Amino acid sequence: MTPLEFAEKYNLKVITPGDGSREIKGAYCGDLLSWVMGRAKEDDAFITVMANINTIAVAVLADVACVILCEGAHFDEMSIQRARQQEVCILESEEPSFQVALKVGRELGL
Amino acid sequence: MSALKWTYEVDGTDFTRAGEASSNVKKKLRALGVPSDVIRKVSIALYEGEINMVIHANGGVIDVEMSPDRIDMTLKDTGKGIPDIDKAMQAGYSTAADEVRSLGFGAGMGLPNMKKNTDEMRIESTVGVGTTVYMTVYI
Repeated sequence: MTPLEFAEKYNLKVITPGDGSREIKGAYCGDLLSWVMGRAKEDDAFITVMANINTIAVAVLADVACVILCEGAHFDEMSIQRARQQEVCILESEEPSFQVALKVGRELGL
Repeated sequence: MSALKWTYEVDGTDFTRAGEASSNVKKKLRALGVPSDVIRKVSIALYEGEINMVIHANGGVIDVEMSPDRIDMTLKDTGKGIPDIDKAMQAGYSTAADEVRSLGFGAGMGLPNMKKNTDEMRIESTVGVGTTVYMTVYI
């Protein structure tokens, strides 16, 4: 499932669309960016409440499929601009990370 | 093929700009057709290094040298140095400020992540003079 399909099905807000070619193949939850960078896998949905520009850098370097920001957290304009430049898909949800992770897990057949 | 060399200055005052060197190297390696697992390791190791240089050392200089079979990275700063390298290498050990933690770093994972993502890593550090980290990833 692509991040945009996921957003549509579960009613998440699309902040940036990414390049549209990515498929969510796994998921990683975490807010400590070094931890995420060392452990998230390529094509994971990166589920977090950490909303700053370094989150975008980590998403690019770890090559995740999308960033899903939970609990109503928001990126600032500079981070959104960086995400656009680097074609990182950002989705937003009002729900806690766990609830979002459950939905991603369901779609992955876990 | 002779080695390709790139040099980057890391601005020690601006946390939000950390990552410029690593994303630039990533782009270049991708254009050169380097395997994606190698690119990922190099980018992560370099980004952690950049963050360290911003958090602890007021910036520094990164040299990246690519040969047909390996990528060598040298990260040199003139910061305060590391008094106990073995301790700094322990996962979870951190001397970062709370401000850094609130941005998602400072969990004591930087150096361990750099080691994990490289085939060779060596640290030379003198307190009050600075730190140089040598890292190699084989292609």
